[in-house]
Amino acid sequence: MSFIKALRCKECGADYPIEPRTVCDHDFGPVEVAYDYEAMRGKVTRDSIAAGPRSLWRYKDLLPINGEPRAGLRSGYTPLIPAKKLAAELGVKELYIKDDSVNYPTFSYKDRVVAVAITKAIEFGFDTVGCASTGNLAHSVAAHAAAAGLQAFVMIPHDLEEGKMVGMSVFGPRVVKIKGNYDDVNRLCSQIADKYKWAIVNVNLRPFYTEGAKTHGFEIAEQMGWQLPRHTVLPVAGGTILPKVWKAYQEFITLGLVKDNAPRMHAAQAAGCNPIVKALEEGTDLFRPQKPNTIAKSIAIGNPADGYYVLKVVRESGGSGASSTDPEILDAIKLLARTEGIFTEPAGGTTLACAIKLIQSGRIPRDESICVCITGNGLKTTEVMQGQFAATPAINAKMNEFDDLVRQITESANAKPAPVKA
Amino acid sequence: MTTTANSVTMRIPTALRPQVGNKESVSIAGASVRAVLANLTGQFPELGKRLYKGENELNRFINVYVNDEDIRFMENLDTPVKAGDEVSIVPAIAGG
Repeated sequence: MSFIKALRCKECGADYPIEPRTVCDHDFGPVEVAYDYEAMRGKVTRDSIAAGPRSLWRYKDLLPINGEPRAGLRSGYTPLIPAKKLAAELGVKELYIKDDSVNYPTFSYKDRVVAVAITKAIEFGFDTVGCASTGNLAHSVAAHAAAAGLQAFVMIPHDLEEGKMVGMSVFGPRVVKIKGNYDDVNRLCSQIADKYKWAIVNVNLRPFYTEGAKTHGFEIAEQMGWQLPRHTVLPVAGGTILPKVWKAYQEFITLGLVKDNAPRMHAAQAAGCNPIVKALEEGTDLFRPQKPNTIAKSIAIGNPADGYYVLKVVRESGGSGASSTDPEILDAIKLLARTEGIFTEPAGGTTLACAIKLIQSGRIPRDESICVCITGNGLKTTEVMQGQFAATPAINAKMNEFDDLVRQITESANAKPAPVKA
Repeated sequence: MTTTANSVTMRIPTALRPQVGNKESVSIAGASVRAVLANLTGQFPELGKRLYKGENELNRFINVYVNDEDIRFMENLDTPVKAGDEVSIVPAIAGG
């Protein structure tokens, strides 16, 4: 049974049928799936969700598909880690890491949005899918398309990390490198979607694609034992996930599945690409686009399409924003690895580095629950870590050389880097 | 419509084509983005309602490019244009 009502313009409220659609015809505003929450009452319950599969499809009733899921059957339901060691190091009481670095099958949050978009592409009868991507989305679209037997075209900036290139090419999509940054790629994709009858997941399937991002928030709430963190820190690139995690929290509140604890949403950006955080700091409604310059390439989007909604949600929720420099991003990657055994990409380093700043500045009180959302995997971007570790000498396979080495290590233990105290 | 010596080519996205007689592009005269858009919406008043929010402010979901560069990196609506330039209207879209 489906609870979907229509595609509704977030600006003027105009309704459209469930169809491939990029924006509202009247004002270009984004269209969003509207649901019948009244009809869900008593049907979508904690029990009905808990009885579902261990994937994001356990929230199927709150996702815009008609039939059964057709892609990403094992995507989502990633770990929520009570990060006790990191919490102790930062001096906070209750800290969680929502870890989409191990999402299935391509190790980023994008497997959520793509699972929904590809299911929808199949429902609409498309045979070719595509995307504009900074890497992670291309991985996910290529992998899901391969598994579903669809053709894929992935459009990317020409200067992505080597690991990102391999991670998409292996699935056999047509990779189109574009001379320019992500914003150039995105603009071209918008024009491609106008001309070719393809399912460009983040253009004409955007209203369905973005709904998949809600599942990140549903899982946080369910895995915390049906409650919401008081503070959620999320990276902001195009601006999809933060407003959608907020929407997820509000849907669970509306359905009576969690208590409304006035959750606050905090935006994290790299200092080399922070149009939203700048607008938050300056108190303006309109952000100014930027030309990105940061190692956090997966979130290097200088002209975020949903930026306006990020600003709105952060302000409405009483949240805040922070940006972090490249060295701070690298330190945070190492901190998360050293304390919790999680290796994230620079986007995740950005999110943690910004969370630390918000804790230090008192914007996030140390005695309230905090969830830091990790959206990508560090093994895809190993080149950014080059030069971060001391060289390791090779020894001969002799016990005495090993003993010498252990002695050296013990002696230099005092020289260990001082822990980062928040 | 005839192409005049000082015309730019205005690229129209699908969502707005019904307002310009279903054309992909139109030739429009003007020395700045503001002037070009004024001439365009003068010819196609229905389009103006969609492009502008109030008098002087573009609808925030509309991005305008001159030869592939966002006008917000130049002089916004006052960005000068010359004959042969390509001006594109592109809706903002998500991704990453």
